[in-house]
Amino acid sequence: MSGALLQVEGLTAGYGAAPVLHDVDLAVRPGEIVAVLGANGAGKTTLLRTLSGLVRSAGGRVVFDGSDLAGTKVEHLVRRGIAHVPEGRGVVTELTVDENLRLGGLWRRDRADTKKALDEVYELFPPLAQRRASAGHQLSGGERQMLALGRALVGRPRLLLLDEPSLGLAPKVTGQIMALLRDLRARTGLAVLLVEQNVRSALSIADEGVVLALGRVVVRDKASVLRDDADLRHAYLGF
Amino acid sequence: MSQFIYLTFDGLSRGLVYAAFALALVLIWRAARIVNFAQGAMAVAAVYVAYSVTNATGSYWLGFVVALLAGMVLGVTVERVVMRFVDHSSPLNGVVVALGLVLILQGTLGILYGNEYLPVETPFSRDAFEVGGVAMLSRYDLFVIGAVGTVVVALTLLFTRTAVGLRMRAAAFAPDVSRLLGVSVGGMLTLGWALAAAAGSLAGMLVVPTELGLHPTAMDVVFVSAFAAAVVGGLDSPIGAVVGGLVVGLLLSYVSGYIDVTVTPMAVLALLVVVLLGKPGGLFSSSKARVA
Repeated sequence: MSGALLQVEGLTAGYGAAPVLHDVDLAVRPGEIVAVLGANGAGKTTLLRTLSGLVRSAGGRVVFDGSDLAGTKVEHLVRRGIAHVPEGRGVVTELTVDENLRLGGLWRRDRADTKKALDEVYELFPPLAQRRASAGHQLSGGERQMLALGRALVGRPRLLLLDEPSLGLAPKVTGQIMALLRDLRARTGLAVLLVEQNVRSALSIADEGVVLALGRVVVRDKASVLRDDADLRHAYLGF
Repeated sequence: MSQFIYLTFDGLSRGLVYAAFALALVLIWRAARIVNFAQGAMAVAAVYVAYSVTNATGSYWLGFVVALLAGMVLGVTVERVVMRFVDHSSPLNGVVVALGLVLILQGTLGILYGNEYLPVETPFSRDAFEVGGVAMLSRYDLFVIGAVGTVVVALTLLFTRTAVGLRMRAAAFAPDVSRLLGVSVGGMLTLGWALAAAAGSLAGMLVVPTELGLHPTAMDVVFVSAFAAAVVGGLDSPIGAVVGGLVVGLLLSYVSGYIDVTVTPMAVLALLVVVLLGKPGGLFSSSKARVA
């Protein structure tokens, strides 16, 4: 599959001796949203954590923008253009909204553009602009998700690894976040690898869906196909 | 009344030393979740370095600066060579390793310098100024206030105003998230140990001349008081360390002045019991931090 921004081939990984992921293949092209779906424990979060190096892979290749990510330190990933927003939103709750956002751009050399990106995030999420000095733990779930997402955007990533952005959020807020992702993709060409339990909303914005079951890719197809395939939905996605 | 004023100033001056030392403990606790029981022995090692430098050159100030630098080097070495490899699956592991370091450092210092108390001079007079017949502060007390005050202000500015400080706080609170945002968590940890060891060395330089003198175990009693100060303050709060240090300093001063100097260890224990019964996390710790 040529032209892929992220190419994953035969990825195997896990904690300790027993692998959680077996031989996973997937690809994300520039500007594409790929949804990783599957039940609890299917290995979705482990997949993202392995891609960013928080979990060591036991086999396979991860190629980003033409170069192998093997041996890249976790803290250097963001410099390559990959932003990972972990599950549970990853807001540093002891720091303020503003500090969290600035943290997202500290690695950048281009100070002027970092400042610009910061202003853009505040414009994108007005609730954050009103709560700049609030500590992370004072925010609502939706605001935390905005903060985690906004913080990733300050780094102007090319690929966003987004883990369960809808977790614990009201359907309306989930809808807003999905709309925002679609909008960002349209404006900036941002590619997204989206891990979601909320299959319906994920497939509503994704171009492609990858269904994981017990750590293996069982289905990989266009999102529109997955949406319409009733048997598949019953078998793996539970609706 | 005059005794009260004298004891208050004496307590504040002592309390600042405890504050500096408690800050050292808090910095490492925040960054690495280790209570660095070797902090006292590391500080004494730095004071011995100062002793050698001052004896060789005749300059207190050269010894002073070298002690802080030597403390930093020792802090970095301890983190990079020893603590980084400690298995953190049990919180006791770090404690046991730190206690082992105490034995190694104290033993080595004893071999190199002997186990007698060596006299150490203060750079300023310890005679208190008198105002209207009431003894207040000495020049040395002013020096202590200035030195610890400088450290507190510098650390506050570092943590609240600089990018490095923001990185250090983020790395301490959320290591994985920080790494994903490009923060070198290992580097921040090393820097934390360096700063902590410098603060601990400063406390050693300030307190050793006011006690019995320089000895491999010279900081043991100070460690107990400063550890109490850090716990009273909340163990993860730099402000708490300073307030805790002052509270412990004042308490020790009043107890030794009004009751007896031999009762002071009990007074520290009583303070710990009272504070921890009322606020189990310490005065300045958020309850959230204790749960985490």
